[in-house]
Amino acid sequence: MAEVKLYGFWPSPYSHRIIWALKLKGVEYEYIEEDLSNKSESLLKYNPVYKKTPVLVHGDKPIAESLVILEYIEETWPENPLLPKDPYERAMARFWIQYGVDTVAALRAFYHGSGEELEKAATELLESLKILEEQGLGDKKFFGGESMNLVDISYGALGYWLAAVEEVKGVKVLEPSTLPRLHAWAKNLDELPVVKENIPASDKMMAYFTAAMNRPAKN
Amino acid sequence: MASDQVTLLDLWASPFGMRVRLALAEKGVKYEYSEQDLMNKGALLLQMNPVHKKIPVLVHNGKPVCESLIIVQYIDEVWKDKAPFLPSDPYQRAQSRFWADFVDKKIYDFGRKIWMEKGEDQEAAKKGFIDSLKLLEGELGDKPYFGGETIGYVDIALVPFYTWFYAYETIGNFSIEAECPKLIGYCKRCLKKETVSKSLEDPKKVYDFVVMLRKKYGIE
Repeated sequence: MAEVKLYGFWPSPYSHRIIWALKLKGVEYEYIEEDLSNKSESLLKYNPVYKKTPVLVHGDKPIAESLVILEYIEETWPENPLLPKDPYERAMARFWIQYGVDTVAALRAFYHGSGEELEKAATELLESLKILEEQGLGDKKFFGGESMNLVDISYGALGYWLAAVEEVKGVKVLEPSTLPRLHAWAKNLDELPVVKENIPASDKMMAYFTAAMNRPAKN
Repeated sequence: MASDQVTLLDLWASPFGMRVRLALAEKGVKYEYSEQDLMNKGALLLQMNPVHKKIPVLVHNGKPVCESLIIVQYIDEVWKDKAPFLPSDPYQRAQSRFWADFVDKKIYDFGRKIWMEKGEDQEAAKKGFIDSLKLLEGELGDKPYFGGETIGYVDIALVPFYTWFYAYETIGNFSIEAECPKLIGYCKRCLKKETVSKSLEDPKKVYDFVVMLRKKYGIE
């Protein structure tokens, strides 16, 4: 099989998603760390439209945008399926993945905000996550049922990543008192070996966030 | 399947709704069209899309599917024996998904700013819009459609926005054809297909609709 390369950025949950998917499928790959302040020729060649990570390169063929990459991985390595087979169930899984894309604005506002803006962002994020908990997750252990699937992968940042941001901001959003089922889900996800062994150490992430938050918001 | 009950909750001017109409037309699926009043949302819409309360919603045998591109993929997977929208090769499928997502990220947002903003913000939106169309022209290359010889997923994602171009041009005071003649040629070629021409709305009617929206939002 042609070789697989992943161009990633170590603090980014978008890169972590791809690592988990590749690991779950048992795919061997080479990881290449990108310095986003000094983008490599390869990154610019493989993702000329957005110039961002992650980018998966299979053989010499690049794929950009994490959700597109996840669907590609699912189709190319069909063992251990990460999406339902039934078209309606697949559409529901994709709906909840897409809902996460819409929640990113609230997460970004929380990440970059301070003072009143931070409080407002926390409230909006909480509202958003309540809908996810109630209508998306319900009483399931994972979005994928007994085991994680692409939906769980797409929300991975709500565990370890959000916890680190909350620690740095001194504001909690995802708590047992406000979002009991989602909080339990996040704890379960972070305990899974594939996630636990493939995320940066939380103190390293917090140091990165502290430095990044003290820089003016760029993108 | 003769026993299928298919209803589309939609708004006539919505390019997202047109995507679904085009997808259903390509597959030859009979359905009931249900025009929604978004100023006064009905119980059915709120029941079928409680999360976003938006159109389009496809209701198939009582079960709702929301979000236009998700609906288009669903239609492709259910009515799989005719006119496939996505290629069979996983890499080509990934490319189709990438470009359909690009249309969502760029064309809709910049287009919206062209008719909602003024001055510098509008100029920036016009530039972003044209730059995005040029990237799409590059991806189209010499193919008749993004799907190759036949209409595919990216074509379905993009071509409904053509019905809003006249509104963007008139309000933004610029010519899309002058900047992107190849893209406009492509849109006109798509419109020659009956499935496309019967699924897309008249650009002049869309323009009147946008004028009405601008008045409502107090943009002048």
